[in-house]
Amino acid sequence: MFATGHRAVGFGYLAISVIAVTVGTLLSLVMRLHLTWPDWPLPLHGPVLPEEYLAVVTMHGTLMLFFVVTVAPTAGFGNLILPAQIGTRRMAFPLLNTLGMWTMALALVVLLAAFAVPGGAPIGGWTAYPPLSESVLAGPGQGLGMDLWLASIALFCVAGTMGAVVTLTTIVKRRCEGMTWERLPLTVWAWFTAALLSVPAFSVLLAALVLLFCDRHLQSGFFVPSQEWMNGVMIEHHGDGSPLLWLHLFWFFGHPEVYIAVLPGMGLVSMVIANFARRRVFAYRLMIATTLLIGLLGILVWGHHMFVAGLNPFAGTVFSVSSLAIALPSAAKVLSWLATAWGSRGVRGRMATPMLFALGFVSFFIAGGLTGPILAQPILDEYLHNTFFVIAHFHLVMSMAAILGLFCAIYYWYPLLFGRKLSESLGRWHFWLTLLGAYATFLPMYITGLGGEPRHYAQLSGIAGPGARLLALTMPLQRHITFSAIVLMSAQVLFFWNVQMTARRPRLAEENPWQATTLEWAPGAMDGDDDDETHPRRHAYRNPCVYGEDGEGFLPQWSEDASLHRFPIPLKTEAE
Amino acid sequence: MAPVQTMDAVRWGWYLPRDGALHGPALDAHLMLNLWIALGLLVLAHIVLLVGLMVRRRRAQMPVVVLECLPLLVLTVLFAWLAGRSEHLWAAQRYVGAAPAAMQVEVTGEQFAWYFRYPGVDAAFGRTKLQLVSAAEGNPLGIDPGDAKGKDDVVTSQLVLPAGREVDLTLRALDVIHGFSAPEMRLKQNAVPGQTSHIHFTPTVPGEYAILCTQVCGMGHYRMQATLRVLPAAEFDAWLKGLEAAKLANEVQR
Repeated sequence: MFATGHRAVGFGYLAISVIAVTVGTLLSLVMRLHLTWPDWPLPLHGPVLPEEYLAVVTMHGTLMLFFVVTVAPTAGFGNLILPAQIGTRRMAFPLLNTLGMWTMALALVVLLAAFAVPGGAPIGGWTAYPPLSESVLAGPGQGLGMDLWLASIALFCVAGTMGAVVTLTTIVKRRCEGMTWERLPLTVWAWFTAALLSVPAFSVLLAALVLLFCDRHLQSGFFVPSQEWMNGVMIEHHGDGSPLLWLHLFWFFGHPEVYIAVLPGMGLVSMVIANFARRRVFAYRLMIATTLLIGLLGILVWGHHMFVAGLNPFAGTVFSVSSLAIALPSAAKVLSWLATAWGSRGVRGRMATPMLFALGFVSFFIAGGLTGPILAQPILDEYLHNTFFVIAHFHLVMSMAAILGLFCAIYYWYPLLFGRKLSESLGRWHFWLTLLGAYATFLPMYITGLGGEPRHYAQLSGIAGPGARLLALTMPLQRHITFSAIVLMSAQVLFFWNVQMTARRPRLAEENPWQATTLEWAPGAMDGDDDDETHPRRHAYRNPCVYGEDGEGFLPQWSEDASLHRFPIPLKTEAE
Repeated sequence: MAPVQTMDAVRWGWYLPRDGALHGPALDAHLMLNLWIALGLLVLAHIVLLVGLMVRRRRAQMPVVVLECLPLLVLTVLFAWLAGRSEHLWAAQRYVGAAPAAMQVEVTGEQFAWYFRYPGVDAAFGRTKLQLVSAAEGNPLGIDPGDAKGKDDVVTSQLVLPAGREVDLTLRALDVIHGFSAPEMRLKQNAVPGQTSHIHFTPTVPGEYAILCTQVCGMGHYRMQATLRVLPAAEFDAWLKGLEAAKLANEVQR
């Protein structure tokens, strides 16, 4: 059980994400049903109270952000694929790596335990702004539930830093002979950049969590004023702090965090589009540069979460410019994806599922990303801040894109990991229902946000006053969003059904069914866990994505011989 | 009231609620310009993607300069232009404070209510002390009775403002961070405990508007709403005089 093999660790991380994504998705269903029909009683529970709604929101965000879109693409697939992709047989520091995974598992258990303690889970959202997150008196869930949340995220930071150190060391020290930095697949560059961001981001968050813990239990005053007033009670703190310090520290972590989540997807999507278009990623070196540039700019833009939170308005302008600047490397990536995919349909007959999910990623990234520059303008953020416009933005650009990136990874690497190929026809249904379901769910949120709907509102109807009249106008769209979300969730059943069905099918005979060029597809690349001397040493002879002029034939990185490999099977009659 | 709002929502386009502040129309115009550009780019990118998937493959690809550098240059100019426009609006609203003649109102957020304080005839707010805060004793803001400036301060649960006059709002929070937001005034600024912040604007159209809390503040966050009533100047003067007179009578009785 405590195997130190990187594959066991990778599957462990994926198991953590599967549990988190299942719970997180069910929580979002509760949120949608409650928002649309506030009197609806949750089976086996009864009506959802406002504080319970906020607890559900907080846990949904925490589970999805930390334990799904951060853990699965970086630590999960990083462990499973990264070593083979750079021609080594294991990750660096196997013990530290295993310890990281179990720490992460513990973090998830501690987080989920918050549901079961008196007062329930915390209600302050995944950003946990003090003093709401600092005082037990601030509301239900802010006692033991909040302490568990802090402990869980602290463990997450420790585990995430361990994982990042392992990833960085592996990439720097364990590349095989011939695997120069320029020959690294873009997935590796993405894991590298994400790990580079993880170390400072998680460390700063860990420090902030410790300070918040001190404010809660030792009456220190880092994030609260010396005289705190809560619910009719005066609390004296040693020191006169400011909640804004927490916002700075949190978003110094929080913004790089979203790039940590989405960069691996970007890297994989680049490689998958290239492989199914049978041509090299357009402007490969520029892609490496933009990956690093997005990472660098990602740590300089945290203030755009604080335009109307009390940030100096001049600083708002500076953060606005740095945030707008990030649109350029992002746009460069989109242009490269579009150019790489151009004219790719006829190359291999029907479009394969990994390619569909990769193109879906591009679509979501555009649809969500284009509202980024709008939110980066302080005067517009003044109206849009903390509305559903923001919810729509990050669910498309980061969450849905990251999820499609994960599905792309699963469909693409399934033959490598399990020796079987997922059903293409079921996969296509899964893709289209997911794509349309997600658009039908999240695009209307732009509209309700423009109509003024704020985040974290447990109820939009049934309140008196002009505010409620404003929010009630969104109710028809709320129903539409809820129905679409149910379709989106139901579509995921197809995926699990696909996995079930595939398990019964015979193993694939071919080793490299997608005719990929990167090292993980080399014969025997995934065998052996340690530096097993019986396995030949890997060597990278050339850049990835080398294909024939017409897309016919390819030259894998591991092939010493410089003549093109021909496709082993006829292209147009791909076995379903 | 409700049907009027529905009509306004349609008139403004992009489902934006009606707009009743002086700086609002320029903000709306810039927002809608941005939305149209984003929609245009969204459609354009998807057309390129879909057309690219339909056309036959060509051997030679166009050079990086044409496919990357030129579009990026265009986008840089576009975003720089949008940034210039928006920073201009931001600077006009935030770089300088309210004019000295602006009306002063203090807004205080507390779980889960908004309180509004008018300084009275002396145009100065009295000192407050957290120790004295007690809604039950009729002093929800903890105004210090020892401070003469506070004697004529008037506290209300509705924000009533005259149309056409600039107002300087002082934002405070007693307990946790609250988000002061008046969507129809295109206004949003957090109230942070332990510090004060200012925001200034000029309501132009008389009517009843929403005030929402837009920073999650606890279980009652969703019902932390208040009403902003914008009155014609003469009506407002009468309303304020009435309140001040009542306050004075109350003081004399004591």
